[in-house]
Amino acid sequence: MSEQFDVRYTAQLARLDLSEPEIAKFQSQLGQVLEHVEKLGKVDVSAVEPTAHANQVVNVFREDVARDWFTQEDALSNAPRSANGLFVVPRVIE
Amino acid sequence: MYLTSLSVAELRRKLRAGETSPVEALDALESRIATVDPQVRGYLSRDLAAARSLAAKADVSLPLGGIPIAIKDVINVKGEPCTCGSKILDGYIANYDATVIARLRAAGAIPFGRCNMDEFAMGSSTENSAFGRSCNPWDLSRVPGGSSGGSAAVVGAHEAFAALGSDTGGSIRQPAALCSCVGLKPTYGRVSRFGLVAFASSLDQIGPFTKTVEDAGLLLNAIAGRDPLDSTSLDEPVPDYTSLLGRDLRGIKLGMPKEYFISGIDPQVDAAVRTAIRHYESLGAEIVEVSLPHTEHAVGVYYIIATAEASANLARFDGVRYGARVNGGNLLEMYGHTRAEGFGPEVKRRIILGTYVLSSGYYDAFYLRAQKVRTLIRRDFTRAFEKVDAIICPTSPDPAFKAGERTDDPLRMYLADIFTIACNLAGTCGMSIPCGFADVDGKKLPIGLQLIGQPFKESELLQIAHAYEQSTPWHRSAPPL
Repeated sequence: MSEQFDVRYTAQLARLDLSEPEIAKFQSQLGQVLEHVEKLGKVDVSAVEPTAHANQVVNVFREDVARDWFTQEDALSNAPRSANGLFVVPRVIE
Repeated sequence: MYLTSLSVAELRRKLRAGETSPVEALDALESRIATVDPQVRGYLSRDLAAARSLAAKADVSLPLGGIPIAIKDVINVKGEPCTCGSKILDGYIANYDATVIARLRAAGAIPFGRCNMDEFAMGSSTENSAFGRSCNPWDLSRVPGGSSGGSAAVVGAHEAFAALGSDTGGSIRQPAALCSCVGLKPTYGRVSRFGLVAFASSLDQIGPFTKTVEDAGLLLNAIAGRDPLDSTSLDEPVPDYTSLLGRDLRGIKLGMPKEYFISGIDPQVDAAVRTAIRHYESLGAEIVEVSLPHTEHAVGVYYIIATAEASANLARFDGVRYGARVNGGNLLEMYGHTRAEGFGPEVKRRIILGTYVLSSGYYDAFYLRAQKVRTLIRRDFTRAFEKVDAIICPTSPDPAFKAGERTDDPLRMYLADIFTIACNLAGTCGMSIPCGFADVDGKKLPIGLQLIGQPFKESELLQIAHAYEQSTPWHRSAPPL
């Protein structure tokens, strides 16, 4: 599985631009980590349920009633670019 | 100078007796910071004016009234930066308080200072901070540990009475061990994560760095409890975590996990921990050998689960709503460039690994399998706790290493977490307390003893830690600064 590890493709999935030297370095470093991790393949997990939360929480709900939180101003206060109460981004739809 | 060597409990006594005031204590702290922080570099920023105005009207009858607490730069404090040690959040100013901060304020405490950390809590040395490394107060050429290295260093150097950090795989306990202070990771779900910038949502917990075990209890009292804003926080009642302190250890059983006492531990660390264990016997505790058979898989499981969760949690840093933005010809380019320039190499490594293990075709083989092995690791602890009240072992296999020593070997850096990681996977509570010093190159380097307790039994854990602390001199040591 570490042979099939394609750093370039994975970086695309993660929306992360990597330089060629970075791709090469990560391929090697993460390849080593993956080799270490592949030992998990030998553990017998045939009768085991996965643990997603250590203390087994079940669905936590509240009443669907709106509450006050940020004002629009608060929400925009750290925006790199905003206008007319909106976040400004490059065109999304061609 | 003398005020800053006081514990929180001692300072509180003096404040209530009128022997000092919150403003005086804060000024003494600032003076100490100005003297030593240029060397230790534990603080990224601090707002003295805001703290002074809170100190001037502090109510010392409150549980932590008038007491300044330093905060790891990953926990939102309204009006202050929250860089997470990253360029991608440079300039971000929090517009809300994390729940733990609201609770500290309700207890009268004053959040003061933003502590340096490994970027997005990923690291074991604080060398991954985008703003420069922090230095171990006991030997400035060495690391304070990580990821909460700044928080540990400022408490260890008496530049803070106490601090908050976060622990995902050991990021409170390991730096506490390396800097000679107390570091407590509460049971998962004990403390709200609302306002903590998430790294791995099923592993993260906020916890205190303090000079003493009692202080850790005082801080936990203030921050623990169910939070409707964090649905992973649990409805367990909050006792007074200091109520069992001073009780003796007759009948207490401590487990030594045989898988944790292996070759590869620094001989001085091994000797100090074994001496501490013998000391526990002299205090009346019974030492029992236990087995945690899935220990060898803990690091592998962690680096699948934590990186997978991190890859999802860090997707929000995209240049759109907050933080840095690097423009591109289109939206995808903006994302790609922003994240490429904003994130450091360790963060990128972990995002890539996490994305990979969750990707189509690999999810079952990696992530799902890791979650199942996690169940086995949890069961190891549950079984051990049928025989013992707490587990005792080293916190870190080595004392503080030199800066730069491990930066080219990520896997070696990961393996340093070998004793702390399983506790996060199992979700239970753990703490590191000072247990002596190693002599290395003519310097004294702190050694930490780790105690791992049963879920939601922090009172018992503190009782066990306190008994050792009060019968040994380590908590009264100060670094040569």
